[in-house]
Amino acid sequence: MSAVPDKITLSADALARIDREIAKYPAGQQQSAVMSALAIAQDEHGWLSTPVMDAVAEKLAMPAVAVYEVATFYTMYNLAPVGRYKLTVCTNLPCALSGGAHAAEHLGKTLGIGFNETTADGRFTLKEGECMGACGDAPVLLVNNKRMCSFMSDAKLDELVAELRASGDAKAG
Amino acid sequence: MLTIEIDGKAVELPNGSTVMDGANKLGVYVPHFCYHKKLSIAANCRMCLVQVEKAPKPLPACATPATDGMKVWTQSEQARKAQQGVMEFLLINHPLDCPICDQGGECQLQDLAVGYGNSSSRYGEAKRVVFHKEMGPLISAEEMTRCIQCTRCVRFGQEIAGVMELGMIGRGEHSEIVTFVGRTVDSELSGNMIDVCPVGALTSKPFRYSARTWELSRRKSVAPHDSLGSNLVVQVKGERVMRVLPLENEALNECWLSDRDRFSYEALNSDERLDEPMIKRVGADGTPQWQPVDWQTALEFVAGGLKDVVARHGGESLGVLASPTATTEELALVAKLARALGSDNVDFRLRQSDFRGDGQGEGIAWLGMPVAELSSLDRVLVVGSFLRKDQPLLAQRLRTAARKGLAVDVINPVDDDWLMPIAHKAIVQPSAMPSLLAEVLAAVLAAAGKSLPAALSGVTPSDTARAIGASLAGGEKKAILLGNLAEQHPDASQLFALAQALADATGATLGCLTEAANSLGAEIAGARPQAGGLNAQKMLADPRRAYVVLHAEPEFDCANPLAARAALEKADLVVVMSPFRHAEPYADVLLPVAPFTETAGTYINCEGRAQRFNGVVRPHKATRPGWKVLRVLGTLLGLPGFDFETIDDVRAWAVPPQDTITAKLNNRTRVAVAAPVRSANGVERVADVPIYFSDAIVRRAPSLQRTADARPPRARMHPTLLERLGIAEGAQVKVKQGRGEAVLAAVVDAGVPPGVVRVAAAHPSTCHLEGMTGTVTVERA
Repeated sequence: MSAVPDKITLSADALARIDREIAKYPAGQQQSAVMSALAIAQDEHGWLSTPVMDAVAEKLAMPAVAVYEVATFYTMYNLAPVGRYKLTVCTNLPCALSGGAHAAEHLGKTLGIGFNETTADGRFTLKEGECMGACGDAPVLLVNNKRMCSFMSDAKLDELVAELRASGDAKAG
Repeated sequence: MLTIEIDGKAVELPNGSTVMDGANKLGVYVPHFCYHKKLSIAANCRMCLVQVEKAPKPLPACATPATDGMKVWTQSEQARKAQQGVMEFLLINHPLDCPICDQGGECQLQDLAVGYGNSSSRYGEAKRVVFHKEMGPLISAEEMTRCIQCTRCVRFGQEIAGVMELGMIGRGEHSEIVTFVGRTVDSELSGNMIDVCPVGALTSKPFRYSARTWELSRRKSVAPHDSLGSNLVVQVKGERVMRVLPLENEALNECWLSDRDRFSYEALNSDERLDEPMIKRVGADGTPQWQPVDWQTALEFVAGGLKDVVARHGGESLGVLASPTATTEELALVAKLARALGSDNVDFRLRQSDFRGDGQGEGIAWLGMPVAELSSLDRVLVVGSFLRKDQPLLAQRLRTAARKGLAVDVINPVDDDWLMPIAHKAIVQPSAMPSLLAEVLAAVLAAAGKSLPAALSGVTPSDTARAIGASLAGGEKKAILLGNLAEQHPDASQLFALAQALADATGATLGCLTEAANSLGAEIAGARPQAGGLNAQKMLADPRRAYVVLHAEPEFDCANPLAARAALEKADLVVVMSPFRHAEPYADVLLPVAPFTETAGTYINCEGRAQRFNGVVRPHKATRPGWKVLRVLGTLLGLPGFDFETIDDVRAWAVPPQDTITAKLNNRTRVAVAAPVRSANGVERVADVPIYFSDAIVRRAPSLQRTADARPPRARMHPTLLERLGIAEGAQVKVKQGRGEAVLAAVVDAGVPPGVVRVAAAHPSTCHLEGMTGTVTVERA
């Protein structure tokens, strides 16, 4: 794991974006913005290290452990560093029955990694996801939490991997 | 009001009640884990499912609002089946390790499993495992697999302790209780989490595996530390105190206990206990030697010594320094002994530095109201207090009230986080506190169109003072509370007079939080000068020939510990009565007297409530109860009126009936408000008495000494002061006060006003500084 400094300050841009989220809730209810604040912080730092969660807690004036509760509850928050492309395959029951489990297996074989592992070149991380609300499109997967891919047959999976391998330094997520 | 029927019995409830409230009122037991009467409703354990008429499914009693005419069955087949189902689910992941679990025998899950569980499990798959956690020296979280996710500990932190130190991370089967990534639980109320935990997940680290609950006798007692006088259940095995738990008393500690009251018992079994009386004799080589002696020899030595000093130098040459943690009986006897020997030099106010209010009061200073009334206040101004550390459970009451709308205002020399919403605060250096209080008074009087007292003619209120004044002027039930720091302030009498004027102007009640468990008892016992004797400060500034020290450690407990040591070292005879072996450098005789667990006594708390207690164990080795020692000493000296046979005889003489005590409580003072002077030049010192250094007992409690609150004091300064002095954070600085100095690490603290250095008192590293207040110099070490 890369070395993490003791204290991190979020960038002015991130703080401004968090302020915009806070403004959506009544005054004094800034804690309601914790999920979006964590997402913004994760976009900036790649993953939620302890000091990043501390910074979010400080910004929202809430106990650090309460931020930690939220960060651990949702699977889309990264609590450890991930590769440039995080591929989250849904393996909940409807997906699993419609090829989700196979898709995950195929991806793992192609990339040579299992769930929660990152390729040696730091490019791909494979994750097991929770229902994405698109059971009819199974198998489904998410790239870096933001890009949704449906009907992922083996051929489409290979295509996606090839595309991401070729994408060079394109901005992640 | 509405009426519901539970198991065929009707009960009337106020609107907004739950089914559980109704069951509690009727005395019908509904099994539960996550429900706790003092905590918010979570309804996540599902154990309290009951059948409700017309409801298709069983409902949780704790979270179901009662409606008029509702019919509830707690024992019907549907209810029983639901409860048994929940129990089966709870036991799926709970380990079957009761024989090696520290909670065994006092475990709610174990008890309820007997009533609602099966004799064997249908679950044959793997059980989950949760890793142990490190939570600090008081709470053990070694077996978190036992946790049933009731979240009582989390809610206790959020709602009662005011700081969320524990949380539940993950979801579903992966949920677990943690601190934030490896931090410890540092709240001064943390021990209550052990009590609220219904299983063996959170257990008491000092007590673990030392006894089973059924081996322990339970005996009532009263906490000897803060002025609340929390009620205790002291659990004893053989003749050893094994642990201390709260005894529920809604009027005082509710069902809680501060960590100081809970874990200080460890000191009672410490190696530092004094085993037998000892006399200092000069050995053959000319060096002093401590010689153990029997009581007869020791008391004859003391009696002879006292007689000799009094005969040669007169009664006034004797001084008595008593701790306000001694019992009322002990204090009354030691005062009587001194007076019978011709000395009125008796005092318990060891940390006080302003005695100008003496003789001006119309009664005994007290809280001004019963403790329970703090909960119903709607405005309070706290002046000069380390509230959270000095009176943790009074702080808890105000915190709970603040959530219901109490506006808390503060005038203090440090900006400590009290973990409650503060409406307005004025953080100023100690010397500016009287003038700030005067400004608030001026603001209140101006707003009411009244004129200022002549002495305050030049005072113009600042915006903060106006805001505090406006806050106090509003509201129905209001109070002004003077904390320990206000009592120890060099202008304490002025703070008192100003607070009284402010209370008069706003219709608020004036109250004193009072320093120790028996501060009021010491007043009742007459343990302070009454006929022109010397007070604690003068007794040390103008050294006496002989001293009797009762339960106190003057080298830590006095406002000026350096002067105390100097005076005691110079004296011809120093008699130290203490449960612990200390004071060797200056004492001539050490008499082992019993701590609160080994003697009968009476403590009078801040609301004037006299609470009697009996010894719960036999005294350690040759230790004797202080009242007996003093009684025999009085008789040996041939003084009249010491022929008490039993503690009841002493009590009948020393402790008046409750009505008489209550009638003596009065906060009126005749001290006139004077023009505030802001004299201090240079850097001022603010000294707190750290919670785990407040008296002889807690100083020796090993687990408390390993907590974050017991870290060695540092010199806390505002960043501007550090910059002005050219000192880097963390560097060693030399703090000089009077003839003494201390070398400490400097630390930046934006909560300390500029021009102030905060250096805690009552610690070996700072006990050479002269005085807890006043100017100091700070330089690079």
